[in-house]
Amino acid sequence: MIEVKDLHKHFGTVKAVDGVSFQARDGEITGLLGPNGAGKTTTLRMLYTLMNPDRGQVLIDGIDAKQDALAVRRRLGVLPDARGLYKRLTARENIDYFARLQGLDDTLARTRREQLIKALDMADIADRRTEGFSQGQRVKTAIARALVHDPKNVILDEPTNGLDVMATRGLRQFMQHLKQEGRCVLFSSHIMQEVAALCDRIVVIAHGRVVADETPDALRAQTGEANLEDAFVKIIGSEEGLAA
Amino acid sequence: MKTTLTVFLKEVKENLRDRRTITSALLYGPLIGPVIFVLIMNTVLTRELNKADQPIKVPVIGAEYAPNMIAALKQQGLLPQPAIADPEEAVRNQGAEVVLRIPADFGTSWRKGEASQVELIYDSSQRDAGSSVERVRHMLDAYIRRQGAMRLVARGLAPTLMAPVTLDERDQSTPQSRAGQMFAILPYFFVLTVFMGGMYLAIDLTAGERERQSLEPLFANPVPRWKVLLGKLAAICAFSLTSLLIGVTGFGICGRLIPAEKLGMVINLGPSFAGQVLLIMLPLVILLASLQTLVAAFAKSYREAQTYLSMLMLVPALPSILLSVMPVKVAEWMYAVPLLGQQVGITQLLRGGQLSAQEIATCVISGLIVALLATLLTARVYSTERLAISA
Repeated sequence: MIEVKDLHKHFGTVKAVDGVSFQARDGEITGLLGPNGAGKTTTLRMLYTLMNPDRGQVLIDGIDAKQDALAVRRRLGVLPDARGLYKRLTARENIDYFARLQGLDDTLARTRREQLIKALDMADIADRRTEGFSQGQRVKTAIARALVHDPKNVILDEPTNGLDVMATRGLRQFMQHLKQEGRCVLFSSHIMQEVAALCDRIVVIAHGRVVADETPDALRAQTGEANLEDAFVKIIGSEEGLAA
Repeated sequence: MKTTLTVFLKEVKENLRDRRTITSALLYGPLIGPVIFVLIMNTVLTRELNKADQPIKVPVIGAEYAPNMIAALKQQGLLPQPAIADPEEAVRNQGAEVVLRIPADFGTSWRKGEASQVELIYDSSQRDAGSSVERVRHMLDAYIRRQGAMRLVARGLAPTLMAPVTLDERDQSTPQSRAGQMFAILPYFFVLTVFMGGMYLAIDLTAGERERQSLEPLFANPVPRWKVLLGKLAAICAFSLTSLLIGVTGFGICGRLIPAEKLGMVINLGPSFAGQVLLIMLPLVILLASLQTLVAAFAKSYREAQTYLSMLMLVPALPSILLSVMPVKVAEWMYAVPLLGQQVGITQLLRGGQLSAQEIATCVISGLIVALLATLLTARVYSTERLAISA
């Protein structure tokens, strides 16, 4: 369960996040949708305590991120915008490193690692050094690394960025799988179809603010557009109109 | 502790797989110093020694005006060469190191018992000329003194009239202390070795990680950043310490190849020297690792970090340069200043002096305190928000 209450963050004079609030529930996939530069990545970075909010509160399973950042990080599996694998280590070694940093003992680490390698269908690349991996292979490794400690909450920043059709399909299935396991999945995207296909709930962000927080159906009903993409454009567009 | 160890082991493993780091930290860094050193010393020493043993060739203009003097100089090892047309030009463009010119009226004034003039033409700004000029001047002096003495004797006077005071020089330098002077640059080599040994790691572990965007996922793990930093510092120290070990061993072996004893010098770079060097260099290993990481943390990219660190590399050279241009008397407080303390201490060892336990302790403890401060500062920078953000 991820709760965000009235988050603010500015860089110089730019208000990157300007009062964002939403909830992401367990057993659901929540999509954070917004155009480039809307403040999605900054919001997520505050969730996994890489950045401190100027104002507002982040609660992960009821734990305040400000009070106990380490406990919050222990409950999160994070695929940041920056995938950043260690090129001179193999995929397995990359996963092991994070397992140890999460404090798993060797047996548990091995079991989890092999489970993830199987679930993500990456046995063929597991013992290769990650230098020269394709975008899809990199994302798989980064996800395995992020989920090795079996976190209840999963945050994925633009997970399908740069992936081909097959890799995207695989990843969507994997996210559904995470949802079936009862996890709270929060991911960001700027691609409408993807969000529509996956999400139980859509949080639309524009100019650092939440402009809609609905189920896909409700979003369509609210805007009177049968097509989600049109609904999306209408929401963002009208909001821009209001701001101007 | 476990986190730090995990980070340390991973960084060491990863960097052992990087050829550039390995060659720079464990090959070029520590070994280029001793090798260059031996090459230079051998060339210089061999040339000086050869010069001293061999007859010296000097073009002589007007040799026919002073046949007796030339014969006497020949006995002392001077080989007169045929006259050359423009001696001034020749010494300037290194055609000759020194030229002797005897004027046509040499014989006339000689016979009158007046002072005859001879000219020694050389260019003192030519590095090579110095010892040749010295030798020729020495030969001439000897001849002049002898002839003066003979004139006095011929007139029934004691030659000692010419020398109311005799000068006896008593040089208190030892073979080791003369060597110490010559090898004053050595301490800088050791500092440089430590610096080079850790440099690529320091860049890679902070600026490099950020550039490759792996710092953000790393910090998403439930571990305090200072523990991660300690692991990284430990890895840097491990590399620079290994580098220093190789360097000290290298100098120990190379020290035997320098024919210093031919110049009446002794250099002792053996195990006891190596041990003490390692001990007083230890705080510097930690201090430099922290400083390098600190600098790398401010750089936006790998390249930028490389530029900054190359500039930082000049800082340890300052004490070496200062001490070599102005001979400062070694004072106790110097041991308490990191870099300066190591410089003074190692120089002392090279001169064959002993370092007291107190001097070593001052050097090590003050170094460790400064290293600790640098580490705390680096930890502060490490915990800032912008450190992990790569884009």
